[in-house]
Amino acid sequence: MKKEDLSAFLVFIFFIILFPILSGGAYTLTVGIFSGINALVAIGLCILMGYAGQVSLGQAGFYGIGAYVSSVLSLHLGFPVVVSVILAMVAAAVAAMILAVPALRLKGHYLAVATLGFGEIINVILNEWGPGGPSGFGDIPHFGLAGYTIDSTTGYFYLTWGLVASVMFFSINLINSRTGRALRAVHDSEAACNAMGLNVAALKIRVFILSAAYAALAGSLYAHYVTFISPGSFSLFYSILVLTMVIVGGITNLWGAIIGAVVITVLPELLRRFEELDVLVYGLILTSSLMFFRKGLVPILIEKINKLKGFAFVKH
Amino acid sequence: MLTVFLQFLFSGLTVGAVYALVGIGFNITYNATSIINLAQGEFVVIGGLMMWFFSESLKLPFFVSVVLTIITAGIVGLLMERLTIKPLKNPDLLLMIMITIAVSIVLRGILMFYFGKDPYVYPSFTEGEPLSIYGAIIQQQTLWVIGITGFCIILLFFFFKKTIIGKAMLACAVNPTAAKLVGINVSRMVMLSFVLSAIVGAIGGMAITPISLMEYDKGPMLAVKGFCAAIMGGLGSNRGAVLGGFIIGILESMTAGYIHSGLKDAVALIILLLILFYKPAGLFVSKAMLQLRKF
Amino acid sequence: MLSIKEIWKSFGGLTALRNISFDVKQGDIKALIGPNGAGKTTLLNIVSGIYQPDTGEVNFLGERIVHLSPAKIAQKGVSRTFQHVELFGNLTVVENVMVGRYAKTKTGFFSSGFRLPSIMKEEREVQRKSEEILEYVNLVHRKDEIASNLPIGEQRILEIARALATEPQLVLLDEPAAGLNIKETRELGEIIRKIRGELKITIVLVEHDMELVMKISDSITVLNFGEIIAEGTPLEVQKNPEVIVAYLGEEEELQTGYNADT
Repeated sequence: MKKEDLSAFLVFIFFIILFPILSGGAYTLTVGIFSGINALVAIGLCILMGYAGQVSLGQAGFYGIGAYVSSVLSLHLGFPVVVSVILAMVAAAVAAMILAVPALRLKGHYLAVATLGFGEIINVILNEWGPGGPSGFGDIPHFGLAGYTIDSTTGYFYLTWGLVASVMFFSINLINSRTGRALRAVHDSEAACNAMGLNVAALKIRVFILSAAYAALAGSLYAHYVTFISPGSFSLFYSILVLTMVIVGGITNLWGAIIGAVVITVLPELLRRFEELDVLVYGLILTSSLMFFRKGLVPILIEKINKLKGFAFVKH
Repeated sequence: MLTVFLQFLFSGLTVGAVYALVGIGFNITYNATSIINLAQGEFVVIGGLMMWFFSESLKLPFFVSVVLTIITAGIVGLLMERLTIKPLKNPDLLLMIMITIAVSIVLRGILMFYFGKDPYVYPSFTEGEPLSIYGAIIQQQTLWVIGITGFCIILLFFFFKKTIIGKAMLACAVNPTAAKLVGINVSRMVMLSFVLSAIVGAIGGMAITPISLMEYDKGPMLAVKGFCAAIMGGLGSNRGAVLGGFIIGILESMTAGYIHSGLKDAVALIILLLILFYKPAGLFVSKAMLQLRKF
Repeated sequence: MLSIKEIWKSFGGLTALRNISFDVKQGDIKALIGPNGAGKTTLLNIVSGIYQPDTGEVNFLGERIVHLSPAKIAQKGVSRTFQHVELFGNLTVVENVMVGRYAKTKTGFFSSGFRLPSIMKEEREVQRKSEEILEYVNLVHRKDEIASNLPIGEQRILEIARALATEPQLVLLDEPAAGLNIKETRELGEIIRKIRGELKITIVLVEHDMELVMKISDSITVLNFGEIIAEGTPLEVQKNPEVIVAYLGEEEELQTGYNADT
């Protein structure tokens, strides 16, 4: 692992461990948990968009599949939660594959709309055939491992962010490997990839499956935490929210996905008093990020730090 | 039997007309700029809500309200183009998509702020007895919607085929450099295309609100369905968008009526995906034209 | 090694290639020349699988490749460079070459996420081999630079290095000297000869730079308006009146006088 990533990772772990101890009570931790859940989806989308150069406006669909499949399996069929979560990820992977094979032949706008359409179809399916219909259902079991159930906020915080750390570890390795190079190559020139013998279609489909699996994991975590879910949480608005997180954080940087997720999750809490403005504020943040801070917070921060370093060392 | 069928048919034509107008809005921007403006649906909502604002809240006369709504929509289109599209030099496709999405959210946010989440309505353009065709009850407003849509289509046809400005607008997307070289002010054409597409969308919104009411968040679904209409006939073809819009509207209405109303939205979505996957150039496009299109 | 038989290709109403047939012998440097629009790049694209011909056959090492996808053809041992440099601009120089090694490595898409010893070992091997290739073409001092920052001369060499990483038996070079100055072109010529001589790779070269072509080619095929108008050694082609007419439009001897030994 590259030096910068390793040090960032250690700081990250350090932070995760200390946060519940240093921070305030259950409320802050809850916001932290939701940030972590969103971070999982954002990391997946970041790999898909920032590295592989594809676009998806339908992550909410995989998020929803994760939540619903895991909940139904554990609640209605009595599967252990861990198994349900894994199966939910598999379900999302299958859905991703079914979507990806035809969709990834499309580019740009068409791919964006196709993924948007997919997300909306999942939403309709959840509304029509999900348990409880539009009203949703509850009594979803908490996360449990080998008899021990995690039902404290602190416990869930560590579970969530522990998973984020694991996923980050996996993802950083992926990006710095043969796979990561191949994805970035696909982003730059599909023609050249073909000429070098890479199966571009297979690569795109796999990265799509990866992002779907991450989103489904997040969805399951969400469901087993809040224990009550309804289709409204898995809508286009969420897909765009995740997109905002990735863009604000920096589309080319995995750490950016986490930062973006935290920022965008914390924001509505700060805007609690101005509820009628939240959609507008999201829109303005997204618009200004796209227009002025296109690189995103983390890359811009890195640039500034590098400039400072240069300033410190270039002394005549 | 026939009565029920006709009832569904007409409600399908009504909603289909709005989809057609949204689709045409997509085409106008696409033809001038190669951009797909995913905020297109919001213009429809603006049309309906602003019409309510002028005619019901400010109690202005009907025609004044219509004109003011059209002007408002035009200004929104203008601002969108000037503030977010024009400043970008050489944007890549991904960025454009996301900016139009971002703008749609901003618009939605503003509408939510001022109008809240409630549905709004105002009276039909003409009061009077509904028509009865073989037993099917057809509201007068339905005829207005279909009529206004038809009128817009004819006007736009003449605009693009017969006027210099219209042709200039079409030239801009095909080859902006060449357009500039022959003296077309591309920047102004781009701006005009946004203004025009906003107005077209708003007209649809104004016409449909008395029938199906208007809420702040109807935009995205309208955009998706309108886009579906647009690509059905091949992106850029207004005739195709009209046909596509009506087909979607009718299929939707039939599905809701004969099968299950909850699946209504799914119809357009499934059609959309099928077209994107198997015939992205549109259903009515010939093989030769396929080679010229870029996806 | 490469056998092209009766290739016809039209785009809409335009016939780009008419009844093209020729062979490339193993170990040869074969040049494809002709005025702009003659169909050279189209032909290259057919060989590498980007276009399908209307009719005709392309055989590589005795195997029919005309129906295969570009990736499959590449995996069979045909690599290429592009007329407009198609580097992976945002990757570093060494990373570009490492992507060339992709088809020769086995680590799975998802298994790359785990830092298993076998995976790390393969990764080190790819890095080592890629640096070796860069050293071979004298680019290793640039290995950590972002590819798009390189000057055009080095970009073209990098594209060749990347093509070499796939361990090809045949490399198609599409106007590799375009945009290069005299010194760079000479270095290019050296590298191409080195590749043929030391690595035993067959080369098909589409080029406009006549000095380079005449100097390094073993055999030349001349295209004009989609048809072959001449074929032979550099000396034979230089003196061919039809070739002269195609390029200059009038009867005037080409003042080249170069032969393959200088």
